[in-house]
Amino acid sequence: MNNSQINRLKDKTFNYFGIFCTLIGLVILAFFIGSIFYDGLRRIDWDFLTSLPSRKAEKAGILTAWVGSIWIVIFTFIIVVPLGISAGIYLEEYAKKSRLSSLIEVNISNLAGVPSIIYGLLSLEIFVRLFGMGNSILAGSCTLALLVLPIVIVATREALKAVPHSIRAASYALGASKWQTVWEQVLPASFGGILTGVILAISRAVGETAPLIVIGALLYVPFTPSSPMDEFTVLPIQIFNWISRPQHEFTTNAAAAIILLLLITFIMNGVAVYFRNKWQKKINW
Amino acid sequence: MKKQIKTILFAITATLLVSCGSSSEKAKTTNELTGSIKIDGSSTVYPITEAVAEEFRTVQPKVNVTIGVSGTGGGFKKFGRGEIDISDASRPIKDKEILICNENNITYVGLSVAYDGLAVLVNPKNTWVDYFTVEELNTIWNPSAQNTIMYWDQVREGWPHEKLNLYGPGTASGTYDYFSEAICGKKVGTRADYTASEDDHILVQGIATDKTGLGFFGLAYYEENKDKLKLVGVDNGSGAITPTMGTVSNGTYEPLSRPIFIYVNSTSVKRPEVVEFVNFYLKNAATLSAEVGYIPMPISEYEVQQAKFNNFIKK
Repeated sequence: MNNSQINRLKDKTFNYFGIFCTLIGLVILAFFIGSIFYDGLRRIDWDFLTSLPSRKAEKAGILTAWVGSIWIVIFTFIIVVPLGISAGIYLEEYAKKSRLSSLIEVNISNLAGVPSIIYGLLSLEIFVRLFGMGNSILAGSCTLALLVLPIVIVATREALKAVPHSIRAASYALGASKWQTVWEQVLPASFGGILTGVILAISRAVGETAPLIVIGALLYVPFTPSSPMDEFTVLPIQIFNWISRPQHEFTTNAAAAIILLLLITFIMNGVAVYFRNKWQKKINW
Repeated sequence: MKKQIKTILFAITATLLVSCGSSSEKAKTTNELTGSIKIDGSSTVYPITEAVAEEFRTVQPKVNVTIGVSGTGGGFKKFGRGEIDISDASRPIKDKEILICNENNITYVGLSVAYDGLAVLVNPKNTWVDYFTVEELNTIWNPSAQNTIMYWDQVREGWPHEKLNLYGPGTASGTYDYFSEAICGKKVGTRADYTASEDDHILVQGIATDKTGLGFFGLAYYEENKDKLKLVGVDNGSGAITPTMGTVSNGTYEPLSRPIFIYVNSTSVKRPEVVEFVNFYLKNAATLSAEVGYIPMPISEYEVQQAKFNNFIKK
């Protein structure tokens, strides 16, 4: 075999290896989703969605859990989007390369790696007790917003970086101020990338359990929240509780609740992807 | 950009409005109480409290009972700060926690509401085990047994030279604490070379497929998997006792059964809905605890607890 044949062989081998690696993840995921659907799909009906928790597996529903999850996601979104995007814009467009800004940068990347339960403990003292928010949706959303903030900031920065410098230069050349350049040119151009970050962040937030349990999210709540100051429960907590019950029927309930949680995530992602694609079509330099 | 933001905001508001509209109309009854009762604590006690709260809703629909599961320790922490009315506990309150209650001028009463039993189990194909003595369980599970007691014939003479495979809940669970304290003594723990899982279904699966396996977990899990496992009695000096409704309830199945508790704050019992709830709890705990897989106390014991609570209110 000559050199070029060996290289071709290597190329082919790596190609198959890559396919294999991709498939492992997909096959396992497909298997899990399949078994969840097999277990839980028949359990989902209108009653399941509109009933309160119950000791009887067949009567138990997840009304308060899914409504709570949606409240939490919306408020997390409202808090994290302006904070994260603004911080990203500041760091990328305004901040000068100083020791302070590099310190902030290092800290943000570190924050992304802090275990979620630590955020829970921090929030318990700050939001729940010091700020007097109690075990409310607002406290829960603030906690999750902190947790996913680094994701949004990092994604925003990457998206801003991807905007070609010539766009900024052109804008300045026409006499636009820095703010006008960012708001009218750079931000719209990077919107797609930012939205991808937000999708990732929110998907992570919707599945979190540990920090919410720490700040005092409940399990049994017989009413749906009507304001951000109400107490709440979320789907992952209910799922965890059902799985740990000895009766097998509760496992079916858990599977059904997992399907719903997946559905919520998919719908949210779908909405975000829709906006992203719509936005990207508009950009024509 | 503006138009896009408007659309997003509109979507958010619409979702919020939809979720607000779903609270249902509640039926009216006479002598209706209102208010809310905050409960938190052990996830072991949760199923019973949930069942009671569920039934209580049919009697007093306007009282909002909320239950959290931050664990017995977490529950007592909140209880000591006066943040909750009732604390679910799978063990009595500790001195440290009593101290915190005293510091914050919180007086309380502890009421036992049911029993929780631990079951020791082997594979149904295991023909040699008839019962365990507490000493034998100690021999098997003691930390010093690690890497030494590896075969069944090391536990009792006459048992076969088969590998001893152990299964049990992980060290973070209350069930583990309780088992290690009852069998190996306080603050000793157990050996670490066993298959540990927080998910009891995995333990069931493990023992059910391992001919020489041995494990322990909550009795309720055995009740749900009777056909796959063999329940083993425990001899604490007065003959082997198998855990059943009867032997746990009358206290002969020792030392692997324990009472579980609710603790009630004295400031909270000034509110009629809390008193009503606790009375309702004690009245229905027997039926409801059995329904969710726990073991009720004898009726006389509930009367004792009710008297204790009545005295507590008078003070």
